[in-house]
Amino acid sequence: MSDAARSVALTVNGAEISVAPGTTVAAAVLIAGAPTRMSVTGEPRGPLCGMGICFECRVTIDGVPHQRSCQILCAPGMSVTTAGLPTP
Amino acid sequence: MRDSFDILVVGAGPAGIAAAVSAAACGKRVGLVDDNPAPGGQIWRSGGQLPPDAQWSIASLVASSVARLQGWRVFDAPGPGLLHAERGDGESAEFGYKSLILATGARERFLPFPGWTLPNVMGAGGLDALVRGGAPIAEKRVVVAGTGPLLLAVAAHLARHGARIVAVCEQAPLLRLLRFGAQLLSEPAKLRQGADYRAAIRGARYLTRCWIVAAQGRDRVESVTVRQGNRQWNLPCDFVGCGFHLVPNLELPALLGCRIDDGLVSVDESMQTSVSGAYCAGEPTGIGGVELAVLEGQIAGLAAGGRPDEAKKQARRRRGKLGFVRALAQACALDPHLRGLPTADTRVCRCEDVRLVALQGHSNWRDAKLQTRCGMGPCQGRVCGPAAEFLFGWRVQSVRPPIFPALVSSLGSGSDLIGHHPNSAPQGASPEFAKETL
Repeated sequence: MSDAARSVALTVNGAEISVAPGTTVAAAVLIAGAPTRMSVTGEPRGPLCGMGICFECRVTIDGVPHQRSCQILCAPGMSVTTAGLPTP
Repeated sequence: MRDSFDILVVGAGPAGIAAAVSAAACGKRVGLVDDNPAPGGQIWRSGGQLPPDAQWSIASLVASSVARLQGWRVFDAPGPGLLHAERGDGESAEFGYKSLILATGARERFLPFPGWTLPNVMGAGGLDALVRGGAPIAEKRVVVAGTGPLLLAVAAHLARHGARIVAVCEQAPLLRLLRFGAQLLSEPAKLRQGADYRAAIRGARYLTRCWIVAAQGRDRVESVTVRQGNRQWNLPCDFVGCGFHLVPNLELPALLGCRIDDGLVSVDESMQTSVSGAYCAGEPTGIGGVELAVLEGQIAGLAAGGRPDEAKKQARRRRGKLGFVRALAQACALDPHLRGLPTADTRVCRCEDVRLVALQGHSNWRDAKLQTRCGMGPCQGRVCGPAAEFLFGWRVQSVRPPIFPALVSSLGSGSDLIGHHPNSAPQGASPEFAKETL
């Protein structure tokens, strides 16, 4: 992908990444290599349904918790934190 | 925010777009409310090349007078002619209407198996949506499994994005699939589409009467064990897309009191539900694919828009297509052996991590919910409900507002929402209500 195509810069668990416009936050979290959340018994989880009904992909975006990352597009300067393991 | 319309359409997939555009062409003030960032629903999700019918449909929506309300999730119907919605940023809205068209679509049916909760094990449509949303799939090894025509469509789409499709595991037996194919002879376009999908994944194994029995991995899936008859073997992979056909989204129709028969919204020739002035179109009336959904949307839009004669003309065309709904349901009927996939430790409810063993011994869904919290997390049983229905034969239907988790501030902006609801038994201060309000 060219640099121009990766024009949206955001952070996932503090690490900077750049993605193409139109990329969902769920895809950005996957690119960053982090699970989206830890289950109530401590299992790492990632997206399941991709359409906003399973709530497995929920993350904190700009301080607002419980956002379904598959339904939200990345925006410049966005700060995403997951309850999963931090990005190395 | 507050707005009102002559006709409000819920869901901007193929049926909802057709309904909204048809109703607007009748000169009505039409609103189209949808949870996703862009119109198209799941099947016409943006990202990648959309088929010509999708492009045409979305272009006609953009050119119409329809008010597009994207990113709004309807969570309640607090009174007659009124829906309550919330946006991701916490903004809430009340949308008033004289007529309502429900085009709420369908979701995948998920069945639990050991390891299905590992990251990178997703629905088939779920994986496809993630890739359309920008997740890189090139050179990744993918196993697609479950049942239904969606499997081939997803495998073909991922292959075009450079994925290495390891195998497509279809639980239905070959003979039944051939019979289904024969029933499609009257619909050559559908057959051609199937052949195109198969050509796109040539080289990948297409296995029938075959399913995943377990997924393995540490932080994410690394391999799956698949079984066909008495044979069982391991397939290394990076992603799994596994979905067992579709189940309609009935929460809003049920909340409004629309009659539901055998898991489908009951409609008359003009797509009107048992509730006067409330229409329903697309998958909630029967899983029948895009073409039928568009037709049903048009009928509902014309009928609600006050053009009954034109609606009737389209209704005659619809009648000829209902055979496909039955044929598809038969082709995707689930093999009873799939009930044996989850082990005692397998999570059935992913929100509350309720294991299979905790559910065994309960006599019904309500009892299991109260004793184990199964189905009481944020998805409100949308994932584990259909699974429990298949595994235990339970009738899973208990809809209470809010039908999606909503902020307390959004609930408060409605009129007397807590403690009294016109469409259901009083539920006000139940712990369930409080829990579902994240």
